[in-house]
Amino acid sequence: MIPPRSFADREDLLGVAMLAPALGYVLLLVGVPFVLAIVLSFSTATAGSLSFGWAGFANYAAILSDPIFRRALGNTAIVTIGSQVLVVVLATAAAQVFRAAFHGKRTARFVLLLPWAVPVSLAAIAWTWIFDSTFSVINWTLKVGGLLHGWLYWLGDPALALVAIIIVQAWRIFPFATVIVLAGLASLPQDVMEAAIVDGAGFWRRLFYVELPLLLPVVAVAVLFGVVYTATDLGVVYILTGGGPANTTHVLPTLAFQRGIQGADLGQGAAIAVFLLPFLIVVATLMLRLARHTEVGST
Amino acid sequence: MKRVALYAAALGFMAFAGFPFYWMLITAFKQNRDLYVGAFDTRHVPWIFNDPPTLEHVRLLFGQTDFLRWIANTLIVVVAVVVITVAVAVPAGYSLARLTGRWGERLGIGIFFTYLIPPTLLFIPFARLVALLGLQNSLGALILIYPTITIPFCTWLVMGFLRSVPWDIEEQAMIDGYSRLAVIVKVVPRLIVPGILTVVVFSFTLVLQEFVYALTFISSVDRMTVSLGVPIALVRGDVYHWGALMAAALFTSIPLAIVYNLFIDRFIQGFTLGAVKG
Repeated sequence: MIPPRSFADREDLLGVAMLAPALGYVLLLVGVPFVLAIVLSFSTATAGSLSFGWAGFANYAAILSDPIFRRALGNTAIVTIGSQVLVVVLATAAAQVFRAAFHGKRTARFVLLLPWAVPVSLAAIAWTWIFDSTFSVINWTLKVGGLLHGWLYWLGDPALALVAIIIVQAWRIFPFATVIVLAGLASLPQDVMEAAIVDGAGFWRRLFYVELPLLLPVVAVAVLFGVVYTATDLGVVYILTGGGPANTTHVLPTLAFQRGIQGADLGQGAAIAVFLLPFLIVVATLMLRLARHTEVGST
Repeated sequence: MKRVALYAAALGFMAFAGFPFYWMLITAFKQNRDLYVGAFDTRHVPWIFNDPPTLEHVRLLFGQTDFLRWIANTLIVVVAVVVITVAVAVPAGYSLARLTGRWGERLGIGIFFTYLIPPTLLFIPFARLVALLGLQNSLGALILIYPTITIPFCTWLVMGFLRSVPWDIEEQAMIDGYSRLAVIVKVVPRLIVPGILTVVVFSFTLVLQEFVYALTFISSVDRMTVSLGVPIALVRGDVYHWGALMAAALFTSIPLAIVYNLFIDRFIQGFTLGAVKG
């Protein structure tokens, strides 16, 4: 007869016991607030009072007919797509450079990673100073270079401010994407590359017909994280423009903050934030497909 | 020729990535009369020190602002969040990697995906929860909420790390008569020290970087963290003390960047979902 095993040898029980605190934390403090975010978007909740009533689709009707909200939704898409296009170009190019051996590479890598390590809010305040309406070093350099004759009010003009926001987001995320692409390059099958060289394919042919197709899953991972980081980011826009001038540069997170926290209208703020969900669902779905794809590929 | 192009490209990327940090450095140590010259004056070169550097802004930052207080607050939150994260995420990662079999892997991916749910979606419901718990304007709110970001990612990191640790040592210990639990308590901690270190560093960097929750829950200047206090409280009305601001940004970024640099490869393994074998 097999002796009954004690708790100390029951893998299934130990497994559950060790997992329980993490699951509990995530369910209580991510799961519950997530559901509450959606519930609040259908409510009349305001900060300061703990009771709230059912509002139906009133919050959604209110924001959908609000030009500031529609503009914020459009800005979120423009900033996300614009910055991620830049990130892909910069990161694939930088990865080609940083895979090679050269003097001072460690220093170069350290500098390249700085934007990713620095807190968002501190980077944003440094860029605010760089884009200052009176003291902008960019304007000085363009003027001395003979490229600028008038004056650029970077953060005072709606279109220029969006350009500035896109530049900062791309600057912040491309180092991260570069490191991911580099990791992907390192794990490419060597025989394929050697075969391409033996067959006489030059650098550009190898890059566009062999490497980039093989790298696609890894670049996709970098872009998906980039989309999440950009679309859901509050700090850059909040500090650079505060949504101004005249509410023209809001993105969904800053508008949700303005209405929900500063304006104390939790219901409307929650409804605005809920519009981030489509971005996230697309990203999560694509990631799951990628994860499954690589799992099949590796076995 | 090819080498020249390579170095030129490397320098170009360094210039783009590093330019704001150079700008922090030069602003932090410039005298005001050198700093506040309008950019339309093309004869005054802003890229260099036209007057000798000064420590005036650094003295202002440490002497007349709450910067040191914000550093202390940040460290309190860091220690608490690190302790919670290690206590919760390390056992969970071990459990998913070694004890729960195939459904553990799926659950692991599920937990990782909660990392994608952003603070900007959750800060409104949290505003209500924090009010209910009476934690408004307290570091306690940050200590409670930051692990919601660190636990999912760190559980995933530990799980991935354990896949690269051979099973033999634990197996041998069990053959030697240890119970499964005794192995976990006595043998495993030594094996996963590098994994735990990665968890500590990730939690540390996250606390230093986080802005959204701090902005939502902390309103008193003396309870702010560094990443909140510097951009929010060093700006009084329309008066920006750019020298002190940039000094604060610089002093916070550089240590963080050094730590980050040492651990970036491990973080990347986590982010690539194992699609890249490290």
